[in-house]
Amino acid sequence: MPVTVHIPTALRAYTEKQAAVSVEGDTVDAALQALTTTYGGLERHLRGPDGKLRSFVNVYLGDEDIRFLPEKGATALAPGAELSIVPSIAGGAR
Amino acid sequence: MSSLTARPDTRSGTTLHIGLDELGRLHAHALRGYPHEVVGLLGGDRGLGEVRQVVPLENEHADAPERRFRVDGRQLMRAERALEADGVEVLGYYHSHPDHPASWSDEDRDQALPDMSYVITSISAGPDGPPRVADTRSWRLREDRSGMDHETLVVAGPAPAPEP
Repeated sequence: MPVTVHIPTALRAYTEKQAAVSVEGDTVDAALQALTTTYGGLERHLRGPDGKLRSFVNVYLGDEDIRFLPEKGATALAPGAELSIVPSIAGGAR
Repeated sequence: MSSLTARPDTRSGTTLHIGLDELGRLHAHALRGYPHEVVGLLGGDRGLGEVRQVVPLENEHADAPERRFRVDGRQLMRAERALEADGVEVLGYYHSHPDHPASWSDEDRDQALPDMSYVITSISAGPDGPPRVADTRSWRLREDRSGMDHETLVVAGPAPAPEP
């Protein structure tokens, strides 16, 4: 089913400048997979070499961080669900 | 003032423009926060590469704020949405390196977002003086995430007063 994924400014270069895109997915993980399949340039920025989401990449379903949902990425999506990719920023001198 | 000198760099095609007032606000934030790292947002016009607003954020790194920074997604999203509601685009982020050069670290690279400017300001305390701004540089993540490239930071003074 189609769900909406909100894209942060930093990643819009990879989604043809769209702030929100529609992808197919029954779960959070499936929707994210569909997103990176459609917009391949996102893959290396969203996921590390181990295939997991990078530590600075947060995904929200509505207002909830998916890491705090009981089923995390396996959470089922209702029709019209809205996912947001919300980066945190981090770094430091050493 | 040597810290304000732009350093042209032929390796990178990008340029970030910032007004003297805004750079002063960024430096004041970094000096106020010393010896901790400070962090903030750069708002302005992405098309022109022009910073018009420096927005301090809260460094949420609890364990080692003198050498690390972190701003979680909710704080960042609130700040970015507030800027965008005023029609201001996010161009990048700044942070300070207390007693450390204004160069990117592996940690900075690993956590960096593409298509954003990362301004790093180095603050150092001399043996017998207050902390001062040692250097300020801007960096951008390479597309393959292998490193960050220096971009030219152009500092503009206030516009000249109109002719009487």
